[in-house]
Amino acid sequence: MEQFAPVRRSKDGQPVRYLVVDDSVFARKNLAQMIETFGGQLAGEAGDGMTALTEYERTNPDIVLMDITMPQMEGIEAAEKIVRQHPEARIVMVSSVGYQENIVAALQRGARHFVQKPVKPEVLYEVIKYVLGEDGTVAQAAGAGA
Amino acid sequence: MKMELIQPFINAADAVLAQGLKSPMSIGNVSMEEEAYRRKGVAALVWITGDIEGRIIFDLDPETSVRVASQFAGTELPESDDLVRETVCELANQVIGNAVTTLNDEGFHFRVHPPVLHTSEHGSKSSEDTEALVICFETASGNVFMNIALRYNRRRQSERTAAAGTS
Repeated sequence: MEQFAPVRRSKDGQPVRYLVVDDSVFARKNLAQMIETFGGQLAGEAGDGMTALTEYERTNPDIVLMDITMPQMEGIEAAEKIVRQHPEARIVMVSSVGYQENIVAALQRGARHFVQKPVKPEVLYEVIKYVLGEDGTVAQAAGAGA
Repeated sequence: MKMELIQPFINAADAVLAQGLKSPMSIGNVSMEEEAYRRKGVAALVWITGDIEGRIIFDLDPETSVRVASQFAGTELPESDDLVRETVCELANQVIGNAVTTLNDEGFHFRVHPPVLHTSEHGSKSSEDTEALVICFETASGNVFMNIALRYNRRRQSERTAAAGTS
């Protein structure tokens, strides 16, 4: 998998911490691999929206990657509940269902961005940098010349 | 079943399979299923409700499912690995999600239910109301079968027609 210049937290230079929420183990593994190539750290995983709420409280991640169609509690509802408690939460919806109503609903309820599956690493990388804004810094890749 | 319903699924399968398998694919045999559905191997089923209702099954024989899952995962997986079945479910989810996105932008409204593994050997026979179309996608990893049985929701359709008449 392609390697990207690591994205770090501006405040302390530490890796960006991610919570990955998807009912598919395959999708979670796939996103975890991408996070690694971005120089990030997997803070936690959840397979449904309900678990996402408790995992958010436990891990306090910098970014949440959230699927929409999930059992028990869907991603948009989970995003809304997290943002209500934590207005600073940065949630990126990652779903194969990318029609406009879904995107608008997610953004209205507090999500910061939307990425459609199948996820292209270069697209997610740009979205992560955009969502972090000034709170993220692109570090020089290891071995890169000055 | 009208082609306007089927084409988005074919386009989405083409895009998702080509990206995941990193090789081109072609459409092989396309047939109407007259007998009851018989599972070929690892099968993922997704229900759709809304303006159009029905189900779509992605079905791969065991050897193909291992090759496809290994390609998607980027590592060799054993046949017994749960990740093989998970990958087939996610493949179905991505294809159907992308197709539904296209159809939604054309004015149809749906709810897509999470994919489930189809474990029984047989399924219900298609009916005049809900025909099943089986499309074979020929890939370098083997054949991927998409079995689509969809119908227009008549109540929703009459509402759409009435709305169009008043606008």
